[in-house]
Amino acid sequence: MSMEFEIIFTAVMVATACALVGTFMMLRKITMLADAISHAVLPGIVLAFLLTGSRNVLPMLIGAGLLGLLTTWLTELLRNRGRVNEDAAMGTVFTFLFAVGVILISLFSRQVDLDQDCVLYGEIAYVPLDLETHLGLTLPRAFWQTGGVLLLVVAFVGLGYKELKLCAFDPAYAVSVGISTVVWHYALMSVVSLVTVSSFESVGAILVVALIVAPPATAFLLTDKLRWLLGIAVGIGGLSSVLGYYVAAYYNASIAGGITVVLGALFLIVFLFAPDNGLVIRWQKGRRTPQSVVAEPSR
Amino acid sequence: MIVSDARRSEGQTIALEVHDLTVAYRDKPVIWGVDFALPERQLAAIVGPNGAGKSTLLKTIMGLITAASGQVRVYDQPLEAVRKEVAYVPQRESVDWDFPTNVLDVVMMGRYGQMGLFSRPGKADREAAMSALEKVGMAEFAKRQISQLSGGQQQRIFLARALAQEARLYLMDEPFAGVDAATEAAILELLQSLRAEGRTVLVVHHDLQTVADYFDYVLMINMRLIADGRMEETFTTENLQKTYGGRLNLLSEVAHLATRHSHILQAEKKPE
Repeated sequence: MSMEFEIIFTAVMVATACALVGTFMMLRKITMLADAISHAVLPGIVLAFLLTGSRNVLPMLIGAGLLGLLTTWLTELLRNRGRVNEDAAMGTVFTFLFAVGVILISLFSRQVDLDQDCVLYGEIAYVPLDLETHLGLTLPRAFWQTGGVLLLVVAFVGLGYKELKLCAFDPAYAVSVGISTVVWHYALMSVVSLVTVSSFESVGAILVVALIVAPPATAFLLTDKLRWLLGIAVGIGGLSSVLGYYVAAYYNASIAGGITVVLGALFLIVFLFAPDNGLVIRWQKGRRTPQSVVAEPSR
Repeated sequence: MIVSDARRSEGQTIALEVHDLTVAYRDKPVIWGVDFALPERQLAAIVGPNGAGKSTLLKTIMGLITAASGQVRVYDQPLEAVRKEVAYVPQRESVDWDFPTNVLDVVMMGRYGQMGLFSRPGKADREAAMSALEKVGMAEFAKRQISQLSGGQQQRIFLARALAQEARLYLMDEPFAGVDAATEAAILELLQSLRAEGRTVLVVHHDLQTVADYFDYVLMINMRLIADGRMEETFTTENLQKTYGGRLNLLSEVAHLATRHSHILQAEKKPE
């Protein structure tokens, strides 16, 4: 396996996992909770390091999952009990938890083999250098970690498809037929926590948000069918990973940066030129239609 | 429970019983000590001014809002035990109709509660959904994206989704709000056929002019329950005055029902 392939393959796995959970977060209009969780899981990771003294994947995922749940729970608590707006609650909780993580890293910098730049920006270029052997196979550590989380995400979305769909479309009705929106909300948030952790080392806490938000947002302009939405979002995430790698390689720049720039560019192209919802098409339609009809509801 | 005991002695089965229900948002009461027993096989309306707690009452009965105190029983059992017997139709505006899905998928959601975790819709579910769509006259729209529906069509597929549940008790939040006359007539016909099949329907209704024509039972609320019972005995000027307070001047004409039947006639004349 070439190093180039290993990096791109990791990026595609990260992007796929992000696009799948991101689609349901977009439909529930809670994409910014991804931003919160991607930062708030940091103390969970650091504590897992400190307790186990290793970069073992499992404790890290558990630590992050717990912090993700804590973030979700604290946000809901502040909003329901304390007369705090949801965005203010989220902003307070995640910056606080992230700061706790940063302080833990500096306090225990000798024990913790983790630097803050890596957490924020990731470094996917190092993927081929860090190998791990399981089941007699020696592969990049990121393959095991990202691959495992991706399998979990695919299983979660596959098995919980109808519940996730209903909770996103009509939560009140979901509760009325006995589907607990609370349980599914926390389940989705736990999975998002795991996805952000598995993305930490490759793309970092800031750019993982782009991978969660941009592919579904772009795909939404291209389809009105949920299965297609998931598929196109995954496709856009994957395509951006591949193109982003070569953009970064050409300019000798950060790979995560390259991927995100491509994501932004693809979104802009679709926003302008999408067949039904593109700005250009709507503008052309608008010119041909009398003024009174132009006031049609936009989607 | 004095009310329900009296009714039971008349030999009527009680579909829905609400006892001393109080709901508060942050210490401010929205519903206060509401107590009623709705006999089965009724078309019942909940009326009251804006902010009287009509929608909140339905949501609390369905367990969407936690009550501060009181209890709800459906066919003399707690809701959890008979959830499959109860279908809820939320307000049409409560969802985003740009959601990427089609009409049949939405109606199929009516089967999710019965299907259980992780299972996928089967042939029986699809048939139930299609038959529900036929009942609301939307069968040919099965594959249509929901973003392309009119308000009246949106309301019909919400009703179809509840029909697909094949429940005994239906709770509907403003199903007549903002629909055209043809849809209104179609919905009314649907409610009447549900009653004819022995089901019970409780509807939040905002149009006082049609209440007496459409329903045979009424709950009049303004935070507290003002009156409840059969339409002819309960829907009186006096009770309307108590429910709507000073605003009744506008409504006094309504009470003697000058416009009786005119709505239905109009609806029948105007095809969609």
